Amino acid sequence: MEAALDLMRRMPPRQAEAALSALLSLLPHHADNLLSQIDQPLQALFDAESGKEFVLCEYNRDADSYRSPWSNKYHPPLEDGPLPSDDLRKLEIEANDIFSVYRDQYYEGGVSSVYMWKDDSDCIAACFVIKKDGSKSAHGRRGYLQEGAWDAIHVIEVRSEVDGTAHYCLTSTVMLSMTTESKSSGTFTMSLDLPLEDGHVCNMGKMIEEMEGKLRNSLDQVYFGKTREMICTLRPPRMACLLDLYPSAD
Amino acid sequence: MADRDEGEGPEISGEQKKEIAKWLLTNAPAGEIQYVAKDVRSVLMDDVAYEAAAAVAFPIYNKAHLLSLAMPDRSGDVIISKFGEIDSESFLDPRTAQVAIVDHVKQICTKVRPATDEELPCSYIEEFRAPLDAELCKYVDETYSKGTCAVYCTKGKDVEGPGAVFEFTVAISATRQSPQNFCNGSWRSIWIVEFKDDLQVVELKGKLQVGAHYFEEGNVQLDSTNECKDSTMVQSPDDSAISIANIIRHHETEYMASLEGSYFNLPDTTFKDLRRKLPVTRTLFPWHSTSQFSLTREISKELGIGK
Repeated sequence: MEAALDLMRRMPPRQAEAALSALLSLLPHHADNLLSQIDQPLQALFDAESGKEFVLCEYNRDADSYRSPWSNKYHPPLEDGPLPSDDLRKLEIEANDIFSVYRDQYYEGGVSSVYMWKDDSDCIAACFVIKKDGSKSAHGRRGYLQEGAWDAIHVIEVRSEVDGTAHYCLTSTVMLSMTTESKSSGTFTMSLDLPLEDGHVCNMGKMIEEMEGKLRNSLDQVYFGKTREMICTLRPPRMACLLDLYPSAD
Repeated sequence: MADRDEGEGPEISGEQKKEIAKWLLTNAPAGEIQYVAKDVRSVLMDDVAYEAAAAVAFPIYNKAHLLSLAMPDRSGDVIISKFGEIDSESFLDPRTAQVAIVDHVKQICTKVRPATDEELPCSYIEEFRAPLDAELCKYVDETYSKGTCAVYCTKGKDVEGPGAVFEFTVAISATRQSPQNFCNGSWRSIWIVEFKDDLQVVELKGKLQVGAHYFEEGNVQLDSTNECKDSTMVQSPDDSAISIANIIRHHETEYMASLEGSYFNLPDTTFKDLRRKLPVTRTLFPWHSTSQFSLTREISKELGIGK
């Protein structure tokens, strides 16, 4: 498994789907493990009944069908696909609506979905996903990007609701790709204790907003910055006086 | 690729395993094939298929990446490329007029032998090749922190005098490996230099490729290519060498500058098309105000936003 994960860190991110497919055929017994540990670009389906798209991920999947957060129905239809309880469904609807406005404010397009469930210890868990295609032909407003995509998956677990506060644990993964560069990110986590009176959706939303902001900055500085520095070390611009940022291994 | 829905399906054949291994190996980033090889061997769990795949994949990878290997007699480095390929294991080094025998999978040069007359260009061609090689060596030494270059005669190597057409292919390769920092980079450029002696013109076509890979917490890869053309007059061998090297230097520097430029613009322009730093309101999202919310929700619905 370690070898499989290392391979996923080395194969060109643009070929991530093909690489994962190759690993799944070589290690069918590890399929579940691989699928849960390896980030794959998000896909979306159109929910004709609600007239909106929704994002596909492990959290709204049962067998080969996916549940739309808008109509609460499985596509393709499934006889007894698990559905959230009525209370949870109300929360889920509210979260989807608010998150959609958030998405519009920051992403000016894209598709978002929120899925909620109760885990084995009866604690609430939610998954907020965003899929944005920023390329010229899709939602890229300014037409700068030839091809580009931002896929974000945020999973929050709510624990121990005591004394009017709840403990939230957020795990986020962002996958980014742009014409010349592609990146598949690692996962980042954040835990906070927040007052219950503000409501779960508000608390979760704030955490996600903060996390996305940090990720966006770090993606820019750390990740793209690193490849840029490497190139400058490889072929230093003549006029500049550069520090040797990357001592060579040899 | 095998169908993902197979799940516990039938065992895949040795041939399929070999194809998958070959694909994984040839897609390894510059300088990382040995690490990838270790992983592939591990996930394949079939040494026979692995070895068959490696035998095919390594030569493809080495040639594509213009791998440079040290020759055992310390006479320098030889670049592994299709331009200098004599046979699958032997590669010509025009500078030292030697042929290097290599082990692709181990990525080492096992021995060298002097090149035969048939393998080398004749003296008229060599008069042009050698000074160009010398100029380029100077350029590569000054420009790249660890680069190598080679000039091959890929057409017309038996041309004995002026008036005919001949062609050189220049290969420049540089890599920077910093695995302890989880970062590697590579530069490859291939220039086809065509001497149209009858027209007294030299035409150049360049293909420049830059790659970088950062994999500390994830996997970021830069893969950028640029193609360019230029031309100059045929002059004496020494002067031609200087002009050609200058043209190459000029285009390569320009390309690097444009890459730098696009990196600089990244946050404000291209990135913004994916996700803004802040909403247009320039404030964080008002999660709190539910009344403001319902209003926003109504408006959103009316305007059809959030569709």
